[in-house]
Amino acid sequence: MAKRIILGAASVLLVIAAAYAAFYVAPEERTMGLIQRIFYFHAATAWAGFTAFLVCFIGNLLYVWKREPKYDWLGVSSAEVGLACITIVLITGPIWAHPVWGIWWTWDARLTSTFVLWLLYVSYLLLRTLIEEPERRALLSAVFGIFAFLDVPLVYGSIRWWRTQHPSPVIMGGQGSGLDPTMKKVFFFSVLAMHILVAFLIVERYALEKLKSEVDILRREAEAQ
Amino acid sequence: MKNLDSVFAAYLIGWGVFFAFYLSIAKRTSDLRADVERLKGSFSRSK
Repeated sequence: MAKRIILGAASVLLVIAAAYAAFYVAPEERTMGLIQRIFYFHAATAWAGFTAFLVCFIGNLLYVWKREPKYDWLGVSSAEVGLACITIVLITGPIWAHPVWGIWWTWDARLTSTFVLWLLYVSYLLLRTLIEEPERRALLSAVFGIFAFLDVPLVYGSIRWWRTQHPSPVIMGGQGSGLDPTMKKVFFFSVLAMHILVAFLIVERYALEKLKSEVDILRREAEAQ
Repeated sequence: MKNLDSVFAAYLIGWGVFFAFYLSIAKRTSDLRADVERLKGSFSRSK
């Protein structure tokens, strides 16, 4: 419990520090001005969301292999956290896009594949509510989760493989891409803060799933009496 | 300070989603703890 409190406090402090750095440490971008500061929150949350989906994917693979409930708990916990992150990305993206592009949304490869990713993980969570039997629910959702993760590399590659309205990558984007050194430091600090926050939320959500399983066992015992 | 309202909205909504998600976890945990207590109580009464 103490470790969870420390992780929670660390994540809150880091997220506040990252916001401070985004507004007061990072220099103002020449073309977009103030609105570009959304980048530190939007992109860092996207990276943290992808990591949550990677954890979900690993949990799903391990469940299919070992059939232990703890991997199912890890899968659903990280899927929910990843979905929260991608929801934020889909909200903050259009808020940034509107003043810069003049439109809220366009169906380009990056935006569409991100929206599909959101739909896939909503479906993953909905699927779980439709199956009563725990082992069957865990197995089917794990298989679906493995399939859903295939969209993550597609989202990552979409701005590298196709011409999109969404800007080309500024991190790991190859020749001609890049960020001002201070912007880069602030960005990676924001990525770290978001990852700590995501780790905290996964730990909290995992504890909930574990408790849910204990309640199910108690209910079954009560019904058997 | 052009677009300050948009930047403010983006950060506020983002933190709001995280906070609402954390509150939903806390609410569900508290409901389940109450269930555990109720079930344990019903066990001890039936003994």
